[in-house]
Amino acid sequence: MIAMALLEVHNAKLYYLTTKGIVKAVDDVSFELNEGETLAIVGESGSGKSTLAKLLVRVWERNVTLVDGEVILDGKEVLHISEEEFRREIRWKKIAMVPQASMNALNPVIKIGDQMIEPLLLQGTGRDEALKMAMDALEAVGLPRDIVNRYPHQLSGGMKQRVIIAMSIMAHPKIVILDEPTSALDVITQANIMNLLKKLKWEFKLSYIFITHDLALASELADSVAIMYAGKLVEIGGAEDIYGNPSHPYTQGLISSVPTLRVDKTLSFIPGEVPSLINPPPGCRFHPRCPFYKDRDYLRGLCDAKEPPMIELKGNASRRHLVACWLYK
Amino acid sequence: MPETFEDAPWVRKDSLVIAHRLRTYYTIKPGLLAKPRFVKAVDDISLSIDRGITLAVVGESGSGKTTLGRTLIRLLKPISGEIYFDGKDITRMDEDELKSIGFRRRVSMVFQDPYSSLNPFHSIHFILEEPLMIHGIPREEREERIYEALEEVKLTPPEDFINKYPHMLSGGQRQRVAIARAIITNPDFIVADEPVSMLDASIRVEILTILKDIQQRHRMAFMYITHDISTAKYFSDYILIMYAGQFAEYGPFRDVVKNPLHPYAQSLIEAIPDPDPNNRLRERKVAPGEPPNLVNPPSGCRFHPRCPYAMDICKRQEPPVVEARPGVFVKCWLYVKR
Repeated sequence: MIAMALLEVHNAKLYYLTTKGIVKAVDDVSFELNEGETLAIVGESGSGKSTLAKLLVRVWERNVTLVDGEVILDGKEVLHISEEEFRREIRWKKIAMVPQASMNALNPVIKIGDQMIEPLLLQGTGRDEALKMAMDALEAVGLPRDIVNRYPHQLSGGMKQRVIIAMSIMAHPKIVILDEPTSALDVITQANIMNLLKKLKWEFKLSYIFITHDLALASELADSVAIMYAGKLVEIGGAEDIYGNPSHPYTQGLISSVPTLRVDKTLSFIPGEVPSLINPPPGCRFHPRCPFYKDRDYLRGLCDAKEPPMIELKGNASRRHLVACWLYK
Repeated sequence: MPETFEDAPWVRKDSLVIAHRLRTYYTIKPGLLAKPRFVKAVDDISLSIDRGITLAVVGESGSGKTTLGRTLIRLLKPISGEIYFDGKDITRMDEDELKSIGFRRRVSMVFQDPYSSLNPFHSIHFILEEPLMIHGIPREEREERIYEALEEVKLTPPEDFINKYPHMLSGGQRQRVAIARAIITNPDFIVADEPVSMLDASIRVEILTILKDIQQRHRMAFMYITHDISTAKYFSDYILIMYAGQFAEYGPFRDVVKNPLHPYAQSLIEAIPDPDPNNRLRERKVAPGEPPNLVNPPSGCRFHPRCPYAMDICKRQEPPVVEARPGVFVKCWLYVKR
């Protein structure tokens, strides 16, 4: 029997309602995450990767019209339980998030410690205990314990990001979602934060969902990689398979557009633009930009009409290598 | 111009653009009666860029790289040092003089953010025509040049774009309009300040290719300012690495990237990942900490508080720039023969 995954996401959908129409930001996405595993979710802006993160911790904007699917965390469905129960039992304790650019969202007039313990107090933890949890977490991310008495403006960018990471781990969750955790930081600070994230992962056996647009940065942390395009998951597999044998034409295009410093390669790019999520192309959403669709006649009437199924490929990694593309049918 | 730049032997005297011991400081007044203080954004930088050559200027935020670029095209005035353009000292020229020698036509800039660098109320046609009007190009020639420029940045057919407004274009298309505007007066020197850092990965390469083609076709002197060495690799001939407003290392691009000498340069290059699944299994050996405040930078070598090799002298005395390998210049005590 296969051991149950720590997190299973089945057919997740999240649609927004805007004045221009319904935005299908996450459209029928399924994947699983094992204990201690890091899954990188990679996509360009508008691919739905951040929306997927928001769906998992249930913090979405007001203009959401549809949330559907199942999220099974540790054997328990959590997408449809009451908000009260999710807040008390799940958020922060089982699954926490480092939201994008959140280090700039620290309240400038409240001490770091008071900001950190707020969610714990709301969950019913006593003040002294909460403060101890916060200080333990600060120590784990390499900051002095007395940072709790400082204000955000007294800290550098890298230190603020460490505070946010400390907050995400202080209630000992099993899963931490990292949404572009280094996006506003300098190159060396970024490398230091990635080193810290690796250390925390090994130390606390954390599972990460690492959301990024940067395939090179993803490889710093990822055991597995999922590629999103226009609200859909197009390929998922072990890191060795995705980097070594990228199979979806979009993944291939993305990898060959990443500049490399140490090896020489010819860069190429994917012509065209990411489609609108209000009225996405029919069939495979990538077909208008796909080089194979352009070259091969037999794909006409297939890619542009029918949505491709998830097909399993032979992989080298421990995780199944799945690709949503008609080329492999 | 002096006969030689003895204190900066990496500066080539016959280059189109030369900066010699350039310093640009910003003044801040902490209070009404307080003494003004200086942010030493560019502090003693010398460089030269010739026609057909690309110099990558690399550093983290606050390293002074943008201030350096803006000073070279005289959007800012340096407090000391000299700038020579095509043999003329333009350091202290006023706007009228700069115009009369054609400097404003012969230099231009591409900015980082294509969402804020194009006026939303102007059509693409007007955005491209305005610089030509300023430089007194007759109407028929203007039309011709606009079409040529759009074709050069591969916004084709030009008719489809000419009457549009910036909000109707994607980020990549806007940046191409910004490039078209930068090249429309046939400049000899372009400063591109992080031209692809706001764009998605799949469009970046296309923009870099366009820039490289234009630069080579017109044999322009090109300064590519970036924090990301891996994008610079594809068309840079030389690299200048800056730290906290100062020179760290200069040399041929590939030579420096392959074997960096300055401890800061080593950290900066080590910090950049290439896509490789083995990355996750190891830690990166990079310097701890963050760049200093430029109002009150550390004494001696500005990198010494973060440097793994810091010696006693590094704290006391500013290091000189020495040629550590043929053609590679480093501002670091480790390479000073004593």
